Amino acid sequence: MLEVKQLKTQIDTNEGVVKAVDGVSFTVEAGQTVGIVGESGSGKSVLAHSIMQLNPVPPTFYPEGEIIFEGKNLLNLSERELRKIRGNEIAMIFQDPMSSLNPVFKIGDQLVEAVLTHQKMSRQDARARAVELLTDVGIPDPERRMNDYPHQFSGGMRQRVLIAIALACNPKLLIADEPTTALDVTIQAQILELMRDIQKKYGTAIIMITHDLGVVSQMADKVLVMYSGRIVEEGSVEDIFYRPSMPYTWSLLRSLPRLDAEAHERLINIEGQPPNLVSPPKGCNFHPRCPFSTEQCLEVDPELTVRGDGHFAACILSGQEFDSEKKRMEFADKKGVPQ
Amino acid sequence: MLQYTVRRLVSIIPVMLIVSVIVFLIVHLTPGNPAYLILGEDSSPEAIEQLEAQLGLDKPMVMQFFDWIKNIFTGDLGQSIYSSEPVTQVIMERVGPTFSLMMMSMALTLLIAIPTAIFVVWRRNTVLDPLFTSASLVGASIPEFWFAMLLVLGLGVAIPIFPVAGYVPIAEGFFTWFYHLILPAFVLAAVEIGLIARMLRDGMLEAVNQDYTKTARAKGVKESIVLMKHVFSNALIPTTTVIGVTVAGLLGGTVIIETIFTIPGIGQLLIDSIHRRDYPVIQGVVLFIAAIYVVINLLVDLLYAFLDPRIRYD
Repeated sequence: MLEVKQLKTQIDTNEGVVKAVDGVSFTVEAGQTVGIVGESGSGKSVLAHSIMQLNPVPPTFYPEGEIIFEGKNLLNLSERELRKIRGNEIAMIFQDPMSSLNPVFKIGDQLVEAVLTHQKMSRQDARARAVELLTDVGIPDPERRMNDYPHQFSGGMRQRVLIAIALACNPKLLIADEPTTALDVTIQAQILELMRDIQKKYGTAIIMITHDLGVVSQMADKVLVMYSGRIVEEGSVEDIFYRPSMPYTWSLLRSLPRLDAEAHERLINIEGQPPNLVSPPKGCNFHPRCPFSTEQCLEVDPELTVRGDGHFAACILSGQEFDSEKKRMEFADKKGVPQ
Repeated sequence: MLQYTVRRLVSIIPVMLIVSVIVFLIVHLTPGNPAYLILGEDSSPEAIEQLEAQLGLDKPMVMQFFDWIKNIFTGDLGQSIYSSEPVTQVIMERVGPTFSLMMMSMALTLLIAIPTAIFVVWRRNTVLDPLFTSASLVGASIPEFWFAMLLVLGLGVAIPIFPVAGYVPIAEGFFTWFYHLILPAFVLAAVEIGLIARMLRDGMLEAVNQDYTKTARAKGVKESIVLMKHVFSNALIPTTTVIGVTVAGLLGGTVIIETIFTIPGIGQLLIDSIHRRDYPVIQGVVLFIAAIYVVINLLVDLLYAFLDPRIRYD
């Protein structure tokens, strides 16, 4: 349904051109949930905005690549054609529900606007549809709440409203850019539950952008790990969590705090900072922070290679080499740094 | 809301009291004697003394002040020394022209400033924006009297399209009224257009990158509607403050403009009364202007609650 091919998104800044998305390819099938994980600044959000072309142009530009949605390359569409897709066939929900609703308009009016932008119907019908949407996303007493303003809703309720807005035209693809990051853990679970229900009910495909590996493990059929504007590993949830084949993915998983850890055990972090995307390092982008990096990593920029059925990773280490390196590190962890 | 309004209205009283003390002091401490001005240079000291007694100017200043204040509370601002008419009547006769001038210049300001700001924000990545910023600065820096005379010279004398001076009441025909006011109203508006358009542009540029604007775009809403509806309505809230101050500030501007265009309004009355040392009228006019200023500010605060649903005064 959606096929992104060698997409590059770059941003002109005073410091130079930021290569925010640097040759990313992936596909999303109808009804599928694709999780995109990565740390802050990995380009995952820019990637999500690129699909809808919501990055401000200028300074953003798309020098290369294609975004094929149902046979059309979105990058070649006019603004007018794009508007027909935005909110209608592809919808998006954003990170911060507190600021994503217009504070001066009633919730009902913001929903009605979403409905009427793409559907020809009377205002009364649109209002009826809006009430239906609010019911769908689990807002109690929707009839009355239509007349409330955003500030009268809690964060979780606002995210529900935003999901209702996104669902207004039964989109085929829903892009969720960190939809639970700004919410309490209990509310997070409710929102994820809601998104799963919606997917079951309407068969909507979902692209779930997050830095939260827990969210991905619960939701995704397929996981893409992003690092410095590239996809460094792709696979099923099992592949990524049990058989990570790229040192970055492995480090990311290792840095998760564990409930069964001893009290004196230190949290493990990934040393160093994400690379500067104006002038990324030579060779593999991850080599300055990689515990297994060799001389060769400075020279070779690894491509994604097959590691299993639907499992790809970008690392010069083969599966076997990587496994023995991991064992060595894990052994060192256990032995080292006791208080 | 009602409670808030009442509370605000009550708080006007101390403000006006302070204003009245200041006005009274300024007027009475300024050199110059009305009796002397009325009777002329050759008058005898006895005649002047007699007239002073008649006008109550021989009493101690504190007494004069309390006499004045006492009467204000009964709605009596005193009598004009010059024309012997009640001050309230003198002011009311002059309200029409000033009010017309203010309304028209406010209308001109909003009609020009709002579309300009929206257009500039719509074309925000072009040279239009720095051009607009400089233009608005020039507009806000031009002295009113100079711009007024320039326009009179250009559009009244060199190319005589507009009348150079005078005022026709609206009762004598809307068109002539409009025709006589357009030039002075435009001069008065020039400063405010730059200021308000600039405020609105700044507010809109801030709102244009907010998350709710992104939500609107993600719905597939047209960029022009995104700007005029979602961005504008949010930028209007901070701009309202400036519009309120502007309306009140226009009153000060009318003093100069009415004099240049010989419009018989409050401003001209004030200038004439100062020349005549007509104490009661000067005091009355300044008090009247202060009252309008305070009331407009109250209206702006109440308007906030209407524009921004997050503001509630309960």
